[in-house]
Amino acid sequence: MSGASETFDCRVAFAEALEELAEADPRVVAVVNDSVGSSKLGGFKKQFPDRLINVGIAEQNMVGVGAGLANGGRIPFVSGAACFLTARAMEQIKADLAYAGANVKLCGMSSGIAYGELGATHHSIEDVAWLRVMGDITILVPSDPWETREAVRAAAANEGPYFVRVSRLKVPNLPRPDGAEFRVGRAEELRAGEDMAILANGIMVHRALDAAEMLAREGVSARVVNMSSMSPIDEEAVLAAAETGAIVTAEEGSVRGGLGGAVAEIVATRSSCKLEILGFPGFLPTGSVEFLLGRHGLTAEGIADAARKVAG
Amino acid sequence: MSPSPDLAQPIGGDAGASCAERANWIRRRSIQMVYEAKLGHPGGDLSSADILATLYFGAMRYDPSNPALPSRDRFVMSKGHCTGAFYSALAAAGYFPLEELSTYMQPLSRLNGHPNRKYLPGIETNTGPLGHGFPVAVGMAIAGSFEPDPFHVYVLVGDGELQEGSNWEAAMTAGHRRLSNLTLIVDRNHLQQGAATEDTVSLEPLADKWRAFGWTVEECDGHDIDGLVRVLAPGPHESGRPLCVIAETVKGKGVSFMEGQASWHHGVPDKEQYEQALRELGE
Repeated sequence: MSGASETFDCRVAFAEALEELAEADPRVVAVVNDSVGSSKLGGFKKQFPDRLINVGIAEQNMVGVGAGLANGGRIPFVSGAACFLTARAMEQIKADLAYAGANVKLCGMSSGIAYGELGATHHSIEDVAWLRVMGDITILVPSDPWETREAVRAAAANEGPYFVRVSRLKVPNLPRPDGAEFRVGRAEELRAGEDMAILANGIMVHRALDAAEMLAREGVSARVVNMSSMSPIDEEAVLAAAETGAIVTAEEGSVRGGLGGAVAEIVATRSSCKLEILGFPGFLPTGSVEFLLGRHGLTAEGIADAARKVAG
Repeated sequence: MSPSPDLAQPIGGDAGASCAERANWIRRRSIQMVYEAKLGHPGGDLSSADILATLYFGAMRYDPSNPALPSRDRFVMSKGHCTGAFYSALAAAGYFPLEELSTYMQPLSRLNGHPNRKYLPGIETNTGPLGHGFPVAVGMAIAGSFEPDPFHVYVLVGDGELQEGSNWEAAMTAGHRRLSNLTLIVDRNHLQQGAATEDTVSLEPLADKWRAFGWTVEECDGHDIDGLVRVLAPGPHESGRPLCVIAETVKGKGVSFMEGQASWHHGVPDKEQYEQALRELGE
């Protein structure tokens, strides 16, 4: 177990996993919108120059090209900044991938608010909500380098359209038992607890674990569940969390339609659980990543505060 | 409603039929489908019929009994609203039973208003929203270029459709990559749904635009089968570049009162018009 102080950029894990896959399977190709550097695909390009397809700064074309490559028997990983990949190419994602069931793997880099001060044009806090309503695209929001690798492998191994949300905000490797397995559609309980549950994904998971530690010192037993599989979502795990009576969700995304929204859809009709949704209310003002996370309670302290509110 | 007797035994099933005979059958069948469904896009069905007949019976290499054959040539119907003609061509080519054409747009039919690859064999990608098919075709052509013997990719776009910007992203990529196994055909009928293209947002000089994007261009009569057979032969193109075929067509071709009329973009004939259309397409 590495020390919690050591942190990693998950884009590196994404790129390493993709290079391993490409080495093992000649069908694997990468498609980019001039985003070789920002997708950390310099190594891939060096190793597989013919299999790195740069379509230029043209996201609609990029997603369509991905669908065509899949039709031609390739396994395309279409990678670009999450904000442009999803927003600019949304109709291609809908018609060419989700509706058509194309075997294309979208990899949204630097998702959430990783671009901080660059502002809301470059933030991607809407992506999960936009994609989730379609239902026909698997959405994974990995929490650390290990899970990012596993998500990329799962995307390659399973037929159909995928969206893998890859943060560049550094996170520690999370503590997991030996032999831990990643499974699409399954939530991962990282800490047991009976008084309330924190459901988080992406870069919020390690903060959720820290919050649970703080709560434990106050005598509150908080469960922490990693909801990296956003679609399909593990309804059983959500309903089990609801049995504690209080849930806090935490995501680096909009409070509308993402993890909090998905959990609300499940618990509102099937339990009387209290729910607090942590996320961003909409377009954000200028500020660093840490400033913006802190402002909206997306820190260990903020999560613990929300937990005290619902579990109190 | 049961099909007319002569349409129930279509020429589509006759291996000896010429491309021209098949094109005429596609026209008759499209008109019947639109009439029965009370929905559809007959103007574009008729303008594209000769191109479709040439592709399926005079150009492409495919096996309808094995629609996923990796080496097959691909066709993408980017103008996905013209399903009357597209489905007729697919059925005539043997991808599904000819009788199924009479379910066009009926509840739960596989023949949706716009094509869905999950519903029917022979459909390579879902289209309908304009400007989608061409980028997908570019991806297919890139996939083909990885093969020792590249399959050929054909994509049919409407002329009005070229107002969608995604097409020009795809045109740049294809030109840059010199995709010589790619042929784009423009169904140049000069009309979009409400008016002439040149009165809406002009496309001319269209051939020059393609050349500027690194393509070679062939301009031809989109109703002359012999000419179409010549320009639509599977590649690779000797030019080492993608080929744009600007096929000059007439919207509503073959039915006098539909020809050149924008109102027949998605007009539906009444009984009298339907009978007249079939009479005119009788030969």
